[in-house]
Amino acid sequence: MRTRLGFTGDEALAFAAKQSTVDVVSAYPITPQTIMVELFSEYVANGEVDTNFVCVESEHSAMSACVGASLTGARVLTATASQGLALMHEMMYIASGLRCPIVMGVANRALSAPINIHGDQSDMMGSRDCGWIQIYCENAQESYDWTLQAFKIAEDPNVLLPVTVNLDGFILSHAMEGVEVLTDEEAKRFLPPSKIDCRLDPKKPTTIGALCLPDYYFEFKKQQDEAMKHVQAALLRTAEEYAKLSGRRYGILNTFEAEDADAMIVCLGSTAGTVRSVVKELRAKGKKVGLVNLWLYRPFPAKEIADTIAKSKVVIVFDRALSFGAPYGALCQDVVSAMYGSKSKPLITNVVYGLGGRDITPSEIASVYEDGLRAAKSGHVEEQVKFVGVRE
Amino acid sequence: MSRDRGKPGWRSLPIGSALLEPGSSVKYKTGDWRAFRPVLDEKKCTNCLICWIFCPEPAIRRKEKTVEIDYDFCKGCGICAAECPVKAITMTEE
Repeated sequence: MRTRLGFTGDEALAFAAKQSTVDVVSAYPITPQTIMVELFSEYVANGEVDTNFVCVESEHSAMSACVGASLTGARVLTATASQGLALMHEMMYIASGLRCPIVMGVANRALSAPINIHGDQSDMMGSRDCGWIQIYCENAQESYDWTLQAFKIAEDPNVLLPVTVNLDGFILSHAMEGVEVLTDEEAKRFLPPSKIDCRLDPKKPTTIGALCLPDYYFEFKKQQDEAMKHVQAALLRTAEEYAKLSGRRYGILNTFEAEDADAMIVCLGSTAGTVRSVVKELRAKGKKVGLVNLWLYRPFPAKEIADTIAKSKVVIVFDRALSFGAPYGALCQDVVSAMYGSKSKPLITNVVYGLGGRDITPSEIASVYEDGLRAAKSGHVEEQVKFVGVRE
Repeated sequence: MSRDRGKPGWRSLPIGSALLEPGSSVKYKTGDWRAFRPVLDEKKCTNCLICWIFCPEPAIRRKEKTVEIDYDFCKGCGICAAECPVKAITMTEE
């Protein structure tokens, strides 16, 4: 019998970190992430973990401290959201450029202005090109499971890249659910203490992050891009091992009723749960609708997405962030790109929703599917980019 | 310069922009960045060492009675010429 504990998404992440032999945590509080490091700081204060907790004055410093710690071979965790992630932006490139396998919990939240503390994915989408692996969770269980797996993927010798574990602000970060956890021993067997090389070794002086001019910079960026290509294999190996241990199987993406769906929704994060319940209702009425939600957003699994949606007639991509001035939201742009080389060409439309924490309701999703099924019949899309839930 | 053949490619470079050899910046000669060359008139030089103190590189070497400019590293910024109290250094176009 597995132990089930009541956790919010934030708490589930902190608890997973507690079982991950984290050597250093450096973070700065920001809603809705605060609970992740707040709970972890309690573990430190209670002597439940042997972790060096570094208090800093900003997220920029937090990420800087994490980079330094990671270079010593330490396993490092941080967490942030929204403006904090934006302040880290500069240092995120340094973490990935120096190949630091840091894991960061991000409780996705809207960006100012106007100021808003609620959930959308604008923060992470703004940092999507930082060279970090990006994983999106659907619920608190996934927050726990992915955090354990994230360290393993990050520290894979072929990868050595930082990872963000994304939770929708409030919807996941603050809502309590039952979460099935491993024992400490099982977790330790799955994720033994860090074996990352110590690169800041006084006995072997090394210069890290020195000026790198046009004659060398390009080569280091190419290395990073190559490392990204190893992520999928590392993730699948990790997921396989985790499935054997926990009975919960993860992967690159998660599909539901996708095999013969005429209208398919593609989304990230907690919205997948709501969409899945709508799919069940519509399937009961004989409507051929399906869902694919991406666990792995960066590196973008273009081939896997293309293979999954190729047979659909209409694909509706849900973006919980705006890419101002772009033809579509970020996820939709990626999906459109993924389909360019595909022989089959489903109609692709974009739904922008949920900005600043606005809820999306099952009836709104059902109506999006109905529009999709109509387009599947007519072969014609009425609105290429539709804002769902905004007042006119 | 940017595609120098003979330099290692991405497959063989250590990852994470690490320089494994300490003090290797002396191998990175920056003299070819220079548009203006400081030329020292040793007769005027009083060996006061103000140029040696101000040179940000540092590309001024001390000698017994005067100084010497290291053209392998001097980037031609002209600070030495501007600071020299006896105008012993003049900047000439390369």
